[in-house]
Amino acid sequence: MRRILVGIKRVIDYNVRVRVRPDGSGVVTDGVKMSINPFDEIALEEALRIRERGGADEVLAVALGPDDAQQQLRTALAMGADRAILVKAGEPVEPLAVARALLKLVERETPALVILGKQAIDDDCSQVGQMLAALWDRPQATFASRVEIAGERAQVTREVDAGLETIEVDLPAVITTDLRLNEPRYVKLPDIMKAKKKPLDVTDLAALGVEAEPMLKVLKYEPPPQRQKGVMVKSAAELVAALRQKGLV
Amino acid sequence: MNRILVVAEHAGGRLNASVAKCVSCALAIPDAEVTVAVLATDGTAVAAAAAEIHGVARVLLVRNPASEPALAAVLAPQVAKLAAGFSHVLGPSTTFGKDLMPRVAALLGAPQVSDVMAVESAVRFRRPVYAGNAIATVEAAPGRTLVATVRTASFQGAGGGGSAAVETVTVDAPLPAHTRFVSVSAAKSDRPDLQTAARVISGGRALGSKENFALIQRLADRLGAAVGASRAAVDAGYAPNELQVGQTGKIIAPELYVAIGISGAIQHLTGIKDARTIVAINKDAEAPIFEVADYGLVGDLFSLIPEIESQL
Ligand SMILES: Cc1cc2nc3c(=O)[nH]c(=O)nc-3n(C[C@H](O)[C@H](O)[C@H](O)COP(=O)(O)OP(=O)(O)OC[C@H]3O[C@@H](n4cnc5c(N)ncnc54)[C@H](O)[C@@H]3O)c2cc1C
Ligand SMILES: Nc1ncnc2c1ncn2[C@@H]1O[C@H](COP(=O)(O)O)[C@@H](O)[C@H]1O
Repeated sequence: MRRILVGIKRVIDYNVRVRVRPDGSGVVTDGVKMSINPFDEIALEEALRIRERGGADEVLAVALGPDDAQQQLRTALAMGADRAILVKAGEPVEPLAVARALLKLVERETPALVILGKQAIDDDCSQVGQMLAALWDRPQATFASRVEIAGERAQVTREVDAGLETIEVDLPAVITTDLRLNEPRYVKLPDIMKAKKKPLDVTDLAALGVEAEPMLKVLKYEPPPQRQKGVMVKSAAELVAALRQKGLV
Repeated sequence: MNRILVVAEHAGGRLNASVAKCVSCALAIPDAEVTVAVLATDGTAVAAAAAEIHGVARVLLVRNPASEPALAAVLAPQVAKLAAGFSHVLGPSTTFGKDLMPRVAALLGAPQVSDVMAVESAVRFRRPVYAGNAIATVEAAPGRTLVATVRTASFQGAGGGGSAAVETVTVDAPLPAHTRFVSVSAAKSDRPDLQTAARVISGGRALGSKENFALIQRLADRLGAAVGASRAAVDAGYAPNELQVGQTGKIIAPELYVAIGISGAIQHLTGIKDARTIVAINKDAEAPIFEVADYGLVGDLFSLIPEIESQL
């Protein structure tokens, strides 16, 4: 069985204007829409496309998080994942611990490919994929905008500061997705019904033998400094004059 | 003393400007002694440039042809070996550093603090989360190596005038062959570099086509500015991916940022928060970009750009 494992993180929807709680203990989550991390939706879409082209037999969606993360796994199953695993974890888990938990699942499930997002849009860490690849001692192809699988190799085009870089990796490997890799499909109603029958296993960090003792502590959250709204100018001439006065043009 | 290792980004024999910014961040850590690591085929010129950065105590040069072009899987085991005895290992929040540093951290079993924007103590840092909608103060448990990436837009590059000693060292780490460089396509441009330019002119979806996007390029050239773009403009193919500004593109801090036909989505704004002066040109007076603009001008970009040019 040739398998692709994808990471599905439950995060605050990217359309929500995130606000810091007045006491600085976190951000407001009550009544806030939660979704699959957008980069993980792209990871899942890519895995589905590879399976549909015959490059894999099974797509396995994995989430670490609260019980409610089952909602996002159900959405992943409705999109087309074959199977899902929730690793229950109470507190937010640090990237290294997430990578250690994923490694346990990787050892059990022996995927040919792991596809994760390039970053989770809540912690914005951009760490888990690289860490998993290191612990697994396998290649990483981060920030992917094109993936081509040929047998036991993948050619991956990466969005880097200089432009586009292409690397070749032996499988198994870890790929992390950038925004332009694909456009995720919409979930159709019949698929939501079908997804209810697909297997969703629940385990937890302790059962995997992973210690999630945090090494980093968030002391507080603060709102970012706000920029002052400036002035509206009436014409191009007025704009250029203002910029000239400030020595900017 | 805090012994800090900064991993140097370089290409084509030139040190990346992010290195001097990482050195600034390192020097903000109390009682810091800063070492820069250069991993390269030859690296003589890069190491010499690193040695000139003010505040650098020592440069370690590790020569290995496998280290260029840079591949995280090849560099990480070498950096992890070099990291022995250091309290902190820093790299830039560029795609080079974002790719490499977590791999180093995992090999060290160390936590990573991503996108450090301010140093509060040797173990306490501030960093943006939720696309910059919140700033988190994080503290690492003391007594173990800490890996971090440095949000380059938050730090001024350390100046020149230093004269650190360059030491050529060897590291004994098995390097993998499972990852191979194939090619890189970098658009050649005579324009200033987006990440370091003093002025940036950015265009959004409103430009409507690749041909029209040339209006942005022409204005940028008139002002000696770099060109940027919103994600929508890049997705639509008006501009190449390396010009994307924002949460998932480049985070920049120019003196002047001009957003033309860009609505001002939070993911875009997070890339320009540190710009000194923001100018917005948009036909919609309600566009969120005006909330953060120092100067706003409502109108049609296709008539306003030529008018601006005629005033210059
Ligand atoms: C996970 C994630 C990450 C993202 N990362 C980024 C990122 O890094 N960078 C980024 O930019 N976006 C990012 N986005 C996308 C972001 O949410 C917006 O969709 C995007 O920034 C919109 O681009 P835009 O302003 O060019 O287009 P639009 O929002 O469509 O705005 C176009 C603007 O042009 C104006 N306009 C139209 N015609 C004219 C005219 N003739 N003259 C003047 N004005 C005109 C309109 O009034 C409008 O305000 C991300 C999104 C997600 C989900
Ligand atoms: N709790 C989680 N559950 C599932 N996948 C995760 C989790 N945390 C991180 N990931 C994966 O790792 C990627 C990068 O996350 P991060 O390093 O936190 O920015 C995400 O896009 C996910 O694919």
